[in-house]
This record gives sequence, structure tokens and C-alpha cells, in this order.
Amino acid sequence: MMAAPLLSIDKLHVQFRTYAGVVHAVNGMSFDVRKGEIFGLVGESGCGKSVTGLAILRMVPHPGQISAGSILFHGEDLLLKSKSEMQAIRGGRIAMIFQDPSASLNPVFTIGNQITRVIRQHLPVSRDEAKERALSMFAAVGLPDPENIFHTYPHELSGGLQQRAMIALALSTGAELLVADEPTTALDVTIQAQILVLLAELRDKQGVSILLITHNLGVVAETCDRVGVAYAGSIVEMGDTEDVLYHMKHPYTHGLLAALPHPSRRGQLLQAIEGNVPNGLALPSGCPFHPRCEHVMDVCREKKPELVCLGAEHLVACHLYDEQRS
Amino acid sequence: MYRLEYIIRRLIMAIAVLISVSIVTFFIARVVPSDPAAAWVGSHPTEEQVAQARETLGLDRPLYEQYFRYMQGVLHGDLGKSVKTHQPISTDLKTFFPATLELVLVSMLIAIVFGIPLGVFSGAGKGSLLDHTTRLLAIAGVSIPTFWLGLILQLIFFGRLGFLPLNGRISTEIALYDPISQMTGFYLIDSAITGNWVAFKDALLHIILPAFTLATYPLGLTIRMTRSTMIEVLNEKYILAARVAGISERAILFILALKNAIIPTITVLGLSFVYSLTGAILVEVVFSWPGLGTYVTNAVLSIDFPVIVSVTLLVTVFYVFINLFLDLAQAMIDPRVTL
Ligand SMILES: Nc1ncnc2c1ncn2[C@@H]1O[C@H](COP(=O)(O)OP(=O)(O)OP(=O)(O)O)[C@@H](O)[C@H]1O
Ligand SMILES: [Mg+2]
Repeated sequence: MMAAPLLSIDKLHVQFRTYAGVVHAVNGMSFDVRKGEIFGLVGESGCGKSVTGLAILRMVPHPGQISAGSILFHGEDLLLKSKSEMQAIRGGRIAMIFQDPSASLNPVFTIGNQITRVIRQHLPVSRDEAKERALSMFAAVGLPDPENIFHTYPHELSGGLQQRAMIALALSTGAELLVADEPTTALDVTIQAQILVLLAELRDKQGVSILLITHNLGVVAETCDRVGVAYAGSIVEMGDTEDVLYHMKHPYTHGLLAALPHPSRRGQLLQAIEGNVPNGLALPSGCPFHPRCEHVMDVCREKKPELVCLGAEHLVACHLYDEQRS
Repeated sequence: MYRLEYIIRRLIMAIAVLISVSIVTFFIARVVPSDPAAAWVGSHPTEEQVAQARETLGLDRPLYEQYFRYMQGVLHGDLGKSVKTHQPISTDLKTFFPATLELVLVSMLIAIVFGIPLGVFSGAGKGSLLDHTTRLLAIAGVSIPTFWLGLILQLIFFGRLGFLPLNGRISTEIALYDPISQMTGFYLIDSAITGNWVAFKDALLHIILPAFTLATYPLGLTIRMTRSTMIEVLNEKYILAARVAGISERAILFILALKNAIIPTITVLGLSFVYSLTGAILVEVVFSWPGLGTYVTNAVLSIDFPVIVSVTLLVTVFYVFINLFLDLAQAMIDPRVTL
């Protein structure tokens, strides 16, 4: 039984019009985030993960523009929402957190001031009620001594506590979807693990769905229910974490995993994927991965492969599987 | 608690600064080649008169003794007498200083009320039409000579339109029939607390042109400073985080970003406030404003050393306190600043 998608991104395109030319940052990105799941969006630096995350909130930075596609949230296209409707959705129903919590918190306001401002922006509550809500949120994200945290300034907290505060702030209004862009990348390994555990806990207890953006396959393996592998602005492989990580189909996913250290390959050299990530200014024709692919065929240079199902939950965009579509 | 300690420490330092400034100005005023005793007695004095004056003024005593006697007076509120007019300087200051202070404060208010919002909008809409217009205004503000602007404004608003009075602090009729009772020396405040609204309106009309003229420079500075720090702050991740959290644009600009961007603007405003106390001379002359700038300039031209020393001390007091205020304001705004 498949849960209904909470968020459904379909053939999203985002372009940046720069002096050097048009940068195609996101190229036909498609994936779903279902209710109550943690969906991992993984890929190398520059493949369009952050831009996709910001596009969901219609916050693509200047000079970027969403040029095509749709982003359905509860079945309604966010790209058709008015400015004020969008403002209510941001932070109210879809929240987002970033990599560096110390930079994401405003240095000259207390944590309490910042969280109550967000709560009161979205919910018709009094100052006291907002504070109460904030304190219980602090407790929910495992911040010690909530009353004290409420009155501290961001710089007085460690990175791990700052990220917990950031998560509390993001979820304080009861948002249903959390877009977490590399939420643990800037943190120590032990703290990373704690934050990931917290995210899973919040999913379980508060029922929040999470789009977890990361370049770290370890994070995906530990935390995500499903995962999409992005390359040059579109998904090349997607499915249950287990299927994608242990029964991968796409040559790029193969390459990514081969580049990781693994006990079974002890003593062997790690294999980096040959070549470079394509530049968004001049994408290769056909399949964007073809210049780096060992299995490249003529068709790969001409036609961009569509995502096709190989079994119920496992999708791949590669001409190698053209025969097997079901 | 550490803040109180800091304030006390700074006040002690302030006293040291004031003592040094008083010594330096006192001695400089006395080594310039001029004879205060001769100035005291006026033109064509006899030898005897000058000698007499020298004794009255204590100029026959050693220099250090003169200094101590002078400072003793200062501590008791006696700043001495002008060697030109024989007027007690503290009496002079009671009329000239509030006049300048009122003018400068109103001009600062204009700079803040217009400069900060314009700087914020200009920085937020970098490259927009509003931004270009505002920047032009800011450049004009800091580069147009004030006396010229003052004359042009007089020409327009008094000469052509007849909306506003030409100069002075108050109309002669008002001074005669609805006089303002002197309390603080600020006409706007004194007339308001006594409910003398006729005089209030008249004083307000009089202060508009000189205050606006004096405001152009700090206004230009405020706009430029606010604009550039706003541009920087608006690029910060916490602003993106606030936008992503759905905070309204107005709150983002005027609360979340401005509090991060305001410190350099406050500093510029504070320093230009102190500067204007004596630097308003050109505006005072153009608008016949009986202020400190005019007073001290005349004193300098006639080497009226007790006046020079007194005004220098007065301005130094303001300078020291404004600096203390700026440091405290900075620590209050930004919790990362330690005193
Ligand atoms: N402001 C911008 N102007 C021009 N191009 C941009 C801008 N922001 C992003 N891009 C382009 O969009 C592409 C995708 O960027 P994005 O930040 O989404 O990558 P990412 O997958 O999040 O990478 P990382 O792992 O480094 O965060 C980049 O290759 C970049 O060229
Ligand atoms: Mg990124």
C-alpha cells in the first residue's frame, strides 16, 4: 500500500540567466515525498539539490527562475500560488533548514525572540502562548533547560544545539514538510549522528515528512526511507534506500558507491568517476552522464532517458534498461 | 554588572581627557602672540590701564597658577568673562548653546527619520529606480555646500513662495507680544510646555530651513551608510532563513536586518552630531541663527581665549559622552560585542 505523496515535483526546470549565459541548474527534476517519510536527495556538489529545495518554497535566488514544471503540495501547484499564499506556506506548512546553523540564526536576537516571531507570524497566539509553544518545542528537539535557551543568543550555543534550535524554530508552527539542506554537514561526526536520530524521531512522533538533501551516502543509508540520486539537475535513479544503495542500476550510482571506502574492498584503491560534473552552462546532449559513462551507446548521445520503473518502487533513467521497462 | 563597572571606568577616563584638553587649549591660547589685557581694556589704552587689567585678570601670576584658578572657577560653574565683551561666558552659553543644540537636534531628527528608511529601501532594492534616485540624493547631500543650499532655500521658500521666514529663531512680533518664557532655552520645548502655540508654530517655521540645510550632510551619510550595510546584511544566511520561515518583508527589513545594520549608521550620526555643535557656523550665519558656531568663531577671530577654552571644554564633554553612548549602544545592540 503506497502512501499518498505530500509533495510531488514533476519535470522541474530552474535556470539562472547570468552574464556568461543561461545556467541550467535544475533540468527536469521529478520526485515525490510521501507523508511521514524521509526522502533523501543525494548527488555531487552543483547538481542542483539546494536550488531544488529553495524552488519548493519559491525562493530561488536572483537571477534564478523556475522555467518549467510543477510542484504539487497536497495536490495543489505551489507555482500557481499568490505571493501572500506562498508566504503563509513558507514556515507555516513547509519549513526549511540549512547547513550552517550559526549563520542561519540571527546573531542580534535571542533564540526565544526568533522562534516566537515565526510562531506569531503564522499562528494567532498571544506572546505567552507562543513562548509556551516554543518551550515545548525546545524540549521536543532535546534542548536542555528550555527556559534558559529561550533567553540565550545564538553565539552562546554550540553548533549541535544551534541546529536543534533551528529545527525547533522550523517545526514550531506545525509544518508538515521539512526541507533539510545538508543539516549535518557543518557538524562533528558524533553530533551529526545525534541530529539524524532527532530527525527520525520527529518524523515518528510529530509525523513530519522530511526532504533530506545531502551529498553523503552514509547519511542516506542511516536515515532515509527512499532516496533519489540527482545528476546535473535531474534524478537518475530513485527507490527504496536499500534497492538504490545495494541493488543500484544506474552507472552513476555505481560510480558513486565505488568511490566510497567499504570493508569488502579493503586494500583496493577507491575508484573516482572519470571526468567532471557537467557545467550547467553547456550540458551534454542526450543523457548528461554519457561523457563519463563506461556503457555509453549511440542513443545516449541523442536522447535523454526517461525515468522508468524496474519493479514497483525502483526507477532509473538509463538507456541500458530501455528493454526492461515494465 | 560589568557594564556599570565599564561605565565608571570610562567616566574616569573621560575626566582625564577633559583635564588634558583643558590644559592643552589653555596653554595654546596663552602662547599665541596676543595680549588679553589689551583686549580687555579696548582700543587706545594707557600703560596703566593695561597693567591694571593684567592684575584684574590675574595675568601677572605664573601660568600654572592661572590655570588652577581658571579650573577652580570652571568647577563652580564660572567660566570666566569674555575679554572682549566682559560678559560672563556662562551667561552667553545659556543663550547660544541651546540655540545650536535645538538646531542640531532637529537636523539629526530629519537625518534619522528620512535617512534610515531611504537607506533601507535603497539597499533592499539595489539597482532599482528608487535606489538610483536615493543615491543621487545622498551624493548631493554630502557634496552641496551648505551655505549655498541655505541661500537657495531662502530664495525659494522666503523669496518666491513666502511660506517660511527668512532667518532668526523667532519673529519680532511674537517676541514682543507672545514671548517665550525661557526655561530650557529650546524654543520648541519652552513654548510647548507653556502652551504658547502661537510661538511654537512660529519657532517651528523658523527652524525648518536651517535644520534642513544642516541636515543634508548627515542625511547623505546616513543614507549611504545604511544602504551599504543593508546590502551586506541582506545577503546573510539568517535573512534567507527568515524569508524561508515566512516572516513578512517589512519585519525582515526594519527589524531583523536593520538591527544588524544600524551600528555604523549610529556611529556616523553620533560623530556628525558633535561636529555640528561648532560646525554649524555657515548655516548659523546664513540664517542669522544666534548659535555656538557664530559665538566661537567671533571669539577665535578676536583671540578671546576664555571663550575659546570654555567652548572647547563644552564640546569635549559632548564628544566624550557621545563616544561612551556609542560604545554602550553597540554593546546593547550586538550581544557579541564585549565592553
Ligand atoms: N546565484 C546563482 N547564479 C548562477 N548560478 C547558480 C546560482 N546558484 C546556483 N547556481 C547554479 O546552480 C547549480 C546548482 O547549485 P546548487 O546550489 O543547487 O548545488 P548543490 O547540489 O546544492 O551543491 P552543493 O552540494 O555544493 O550544495 C550550480 O551548478 C550553480 O552553477
Ligand atoms: Mg547545496
